[in-house]
Formats: sequence, C-alpha cells, structure tokens
Amino acid sequence: MEIKNAVAGTLESGDIMVQIGPAKAGEGLVVDLESSVAAQFGKQIRALITDTLKDLGIDNAEVKATDKGALDCTIRARVTAAAVRATGKDVWK
Amino acid sequence: MMFVPGNNPGMMADAHIYGPDSIMLDLEDSVTMAEKDAARLLVYNALKSIDYGDTEMVVRINPLNTPYGKKDVEAVVKAGVDVIRMPKTETADEVRELEAEIVKVETELGCVGRTQIMAAIESALGVVNAYEIATASKRMMGIALGAEDYSANLKTQRTPDGKELELARETIVVAARAAGISCFDTVYSNLDDMETFRKEVELIKTLGFDGKSIINPRQIEVVNEVFAPTAKAIEKSLKIIAAIKEAQAKGSGVIAVNGKMVDRPVVIRAERTIALAIASGILNKEDVQ
Repeated sequence: MEIKNAVAGTLESGDIMVQIGPAKAGEGLVVDLESSVAAQFGKQIRALITDTLKDLGIDNAEVKATDKGALDCTIRARVTAAAVRATGKDVWK
Repeated sequence: MMFVPGNNPGMMADAHIYGPDSIMLDLEDSVTMAEKDAARLLVYNALKSIDYGDTEMVVRINPLNTPYGKKDVEAVVKAGVDVIRMPKTETADEVRELEAEIVKVETELGCVGRTQIMAAIESALGVVNAYEIATASKRMMGIALGAEDYSANLKTQRTPDGKELELARETIVVAARAAGISCFDTVYSNLDDMETFRKEVELIKTLGFDGKSIINPRQIEVVNEVFAPTAKAIEKSLKIIAAIKEAQAKGSGVIAVNGKMVDRPVVIRAERTIALAIASGILNKEDVQ
C-alpha cells in the first residue's frame, strides 16, 4: 500500500499528534513515541498504534506520535485519521 | 444540551462530568473543512468507548447536501448515537431524506428504529414549516432553534431581549407541542453576561421550552436553577400523584387534593413537575415510585 506523508491530531491536552510516512521496504512499523506518560503507558500506546495500523492493512510505515494524555479512543481515532490521509483508504466501507 | 466541538478530544472526554442532561458532539460549524474526516473518527471512537452513563448523546452532523453529511450519518449510527441533530432544516423532505440514510445503515446493522432525529430550525423557511418538520418522521424527538443563522436569515442581529426571536420561539414551541415532541432553545454565547443568560432561560421556560442549548459547563447550573420546580410545587405534585394512584387502586375516577378537584391537566402538570425535579437532581427516581 502506497503511503504518503500525513498528519492528524493536535498538541492540545487530551490529544495526540500522529505523523505517518513511508518506511524502507521490510522495515515494518517504526513508532517513535513522545509522551509524558511514556514510562507508565508507552508500551500500551505503541501497541495500540501498531494494532490500529495493522487493522487498516498497514504494516510498513514510520510513525511519529506526540501524546498529550490522549485516551485510547482518541489514539485510535488519530492514528486512523492519519492513516486514511496517508493512503486514501475508506474506513467506513 | 451542551455543545462540544467534535474535534476536541479533551472536552469530549470530560463533558459528562459536569452533569448536562444531554451532550451534543458537533461535526458541523465548530469543525473546519480540513478536519471533518478526523472529527468524524474522533466522535465515532468516543461514542464507542467512553461511558457517558445516562447522558443522552446527540451528534450534530453536516448537512446532507455537503460531501460530509452522509458519511457522518454512517459513522454515528454505527457508533450507536441516541440522536442525530440535523442542522439548518427547512422542509419535511429533508427530514425524510435523513431518515432514509439512517435506515440504510440501521438495516445493515440489524437495528432499524434505534436512532432518533432532532431538527434544528435556523431560517425563516424552517420556522414557516416547523409543524411539518416536527411531524415528518416517527423518529423526530425534538426541534431546536438555531438563532445565529436564523437572525442572519431575517437580516437582523441578536439582541439581549431576543425581540427578533419571538415568533420563531413561539412557533417552535407550538409546533413541538402539536407534534408531541420536545423543543429546545438556542445557545447564548456571552459567557461573561450570566445575568442576561438567566433572563433568557427564564423567558424560554415561560414560553414552554423543554430545555436550553449551552456552550459551557458554567451555564448548566443556571439552567437547572431556573427549570427546577419549587419545593412547594414538588410537594403539591407528589400529593397529586399519590392521590391519583390511590384513586386508581380504588377504581375511583374523580379525586380531590386539599379540597380541590384534580382533573387531567393538573395531573399532567404534576407529572411534569416531578420529571423536572428528577432532572434537576432535587428528587431521586426512587422517591416517586
């Protein structure tokens, strides 16, 4: 699946900014996470980001996520929005 | 009914903490064109994940004649929203068109009939057609005034005493009552003028509205205070309800409370008083069982 550079979300409290771009072939999903709660929830947030992308059929991409205390539902929404913008995939069908 | 921008996850996560009767997540005017897709996903995921308890969840979608409206319907029906608020409603046909879109998604999900509709009336044509709009579908649960667009359409502007809204407000209340559905007044945007806000809430309560749209949790307390019945009215209403129950148990058709005959309109008012007391948090549902 062709991936362009795309971004979704904001740096406001309770949100997360997700930037997605192409990765080298075979590199897989590379997640660079910045979060004030990375020590407590970093593993869980990374897993949520990669699971959401895999569900959308994306398994090779570079992701930069800047978390401002987002709930899981917000992380899922922002990752999906960035992925849709990066691929043009229609998630509603 | 508290308006919450559909592209602000922090506000969406916290909104129910303040205790509004209903929350309206907005995909329309508070979301820029460039963020419509992201807001739709946020609202969908929030509705699916956040436990809003007993709070009625409403989503204001974009008009169906925009590139966003039908996708909004699909997303929020799939997320299980209670009510879809249709903006800028002018005719009954628009309500029926929305209903057809809802039915398509509900049929796919196997839950036909689940989603209710609220129509926002925001133009002169909408006011003229208020009753037809209110009765356009069995899913119609209420109609609401959107005063900013309405006053612009009238070629006037909003004033503190709301003179320009008189006809629209009265027409909407009458149409809603004739149709047997609820009616909600417009927002008041100046958060620094709580005195005028209180006067406006008192006015719309007198006119017969069921509630007020608000844009900030600070406004909830004022609305609850104005709509809350007095202790005397609650006491009287509880006596009437108790007397009715007793009369029904005895098979008697006529009752009296404090020496006065109680007829049907009195009972309806008493029931509404009790419902308002429960909604305002003065009574618990268990108190009136």
